[in-house]
Amino acid sequence: MLRHSDKKFFLLTLVLAVCTGLAIIVSTGMGYMTISAEGILRVIGAHLLGNPSLVEGLEKTVPYVVMDVRLPRILTAALVGAGLAMSGVIYQGILLNPLADPYTLGISSGAAFGASLALLANVTLFGHFSTPLFAFVGAILTLLTVMRLSTFNGQISAQTLILSGVIVGAILSAGISFLKYLADEQVAIIIFWLMGSFASSTWKGVMLVGCAALFGAIVALFYGRDLNIMSLGRRSSDSLGVDTAKVRKILLLTASLVTAVCVAVTGIIGFIGLIVPHLMRYLVGPDNRKLLPASAFAGAILLLLADTVTRAVLPVEVPIGVLTALIGGPFFCVIFRQKQKGRSYE
Amino acid sequence: MSSHCLFSIEGVSFAYTGPLVLDDINLVLPPGKFYGIVGPNGCGKTTFLDLLTGCKKPHSGTIRFQDNPLSSYDKRELARQLALVPQEFDTGFGFTVEEIVLMGRHPHIDRFSSPAEKDWQAVDHAMAAIGIEELRDRYTNTLSGGQKQRVVVARALAQDTPVLFFDEATSSLDIKYTLQIFNLARNLVYNEGRTVIAVIHNLNLAAAYCDFLIFMKDGRLQQYGPTPETMTAENISEAFDVQAQVTIDPYNQAHHVSFQYFK
Repeated sequence: MLRHSDKKFFLLTLVLAVCTGLAIIVSTGMGYMTISAEGILRVIGAHLLGNPSLVEGLEKTVPYVVMDVRLPRILTAALVGAGLAMSGVIYQGILLNPLADPYTLGISSGAAFGASLALLANVTLFGHFSTPLFAFVGAILTLLTVMRLSTFNGQISAQTLILSGVIVGAILSAGISFLKYLADEQVAIIIFWLMGSFASSTWKGVMLVGCAALFGAIVALFYGRDLNIMSLGRRSSDSLGVDTAKVRKILLLTASLVTAVCVAVTGIIGFIGLIVPHLMRYLVGPDNRKLLPASAFAGAILLLLADTVTRAVLPVEVPIGVLTALIGGPFFCVIFRQKQKGRSYE
Repeated sequence: MSSHCLFSIEGVSFAYTGPLVLDDINLVLPPGKFYGIVGPNGCGKTTFLDLLTGCKKPHSGTIRFQDNPLSSYDKRELARQLALVPQEFDTGFGFTVEEIVLMGRHPHIDRFSSPAEKDWQAVDHAMAAIGIEELRDRYTNTLSGGQKQRVVVARALAQDTPVLFFDEATSSLDIKYTLQIFNLARNLVYNEGRTVIAVIHNLNLAAAYCDFLIFMKDGRLQQYGPTPETMTAENISEAFDVQAQVTIDPYNQAHHVSFQYFK
């Protein structure tokens, strides 16, 4: 039975998917060297089909710029945007709080602390993966600590979870400040990484974030209906046949994994996980099965646009985390005010 | 399908952190009856329901449901047997009334299936029984407390289970809807052989509708038995520490509890 709201959702998702594709192609063309959409498609086609004849007639540097310089960065931005937005949907659904996101839980701070430690100690044990690995370990340890702190009688309480997250996040932030103080000459590396950047994106990073985002999407959609019912509170969801404690753990771990990978690859990028689910809930309603795909696409578009602005439009490259906070913060205030004024979903 | 005993509760105790909230409860509940749980605030009634619905696990003792340990059922299986109308109602992120009632069908719908025709029929039927069809497309966060409570009752009806739990399900309803829901529950018991287990604060409603009463105090089972034998001035005085008199009301022929006011 396809109902009116479902039709609207399919149309919106289709539009968002097409916009994501367009945004990728348009932003690939933008930059120091302008490349036509046709040229971009020919380069991509040549690589996908393994047919070098497609790039004939293009300037020699074009395939290099598209494949090695721009696309890794652009795809990383889109995938990180999608990943952060989906994590936001999951955290908000589980914590029953539209203002929840990876930061409220301290996950991002945990990842940042781990990465700062790696940068400071100049760990090269695992080559290029040292920093991401440390970030990931930091995020997971933080999640486990926060979950442990908020578990009473074998049950996680949603309220204590936020509180524990804020406390642990505050401790970790102080820890990061301490590391910066110790870092002395290396402090610039840590600070720049913390503010978030796509400048050093690689295909390995694309693959890593891509796998994490795909994994997150599959798990979250699998438990989508359970997540809807969990918004009724534990007593109700349990009596409706949802194993609340189990689903909550699985989804929290999944969202934290996605967040950790995103933070590890690009540093701290705020507000995407907070704003996108909020905006999309406005358009598709509270159903997480619709909210997840819509938010993934919207997150991809939004972060890609922000990155393109800092990369190709602004005269100086501003750290992406600073830009999303500067644009996202006031935007969020506006939505928040409107939400309180008029009739809305909450 | 109904065995001679629906729930059998043996030596069940439960504590959060600290003293026991439920202390050595022993009880056997046959199916097809209307049970009322009464007792003062904080005596462990809701915790007791949580144990029976499997939401919490007892620290000691066993609860058997239809001759198998309650813990041996998975949540989905249990949700096809037991429905709960909880005391509080979180609206979450503003679903519509129809979506909330449809959630009652969750244990009946496979993970990747859409609601089937029979699921929509159950939803329509439940909304008609409670009389909330006109609220179908309203967002639950725009409803009054009483309307929300009726939506939750409809959700439990849509769940279509042999056993229904009501935890103070009529606390914010006016007398018309209170009687509507109690009559509905009574019909489910007498016409369809279902079992209703309800926490009830209003002793007159408990006396009028319940077959059996469970008196609780300080986490203990104080009295259990047929309503006419247990709804007595002594038991009420012992449980609630108030002076009461129980008579047969000439108007509705039910047991009627009157209280000594202005003491």
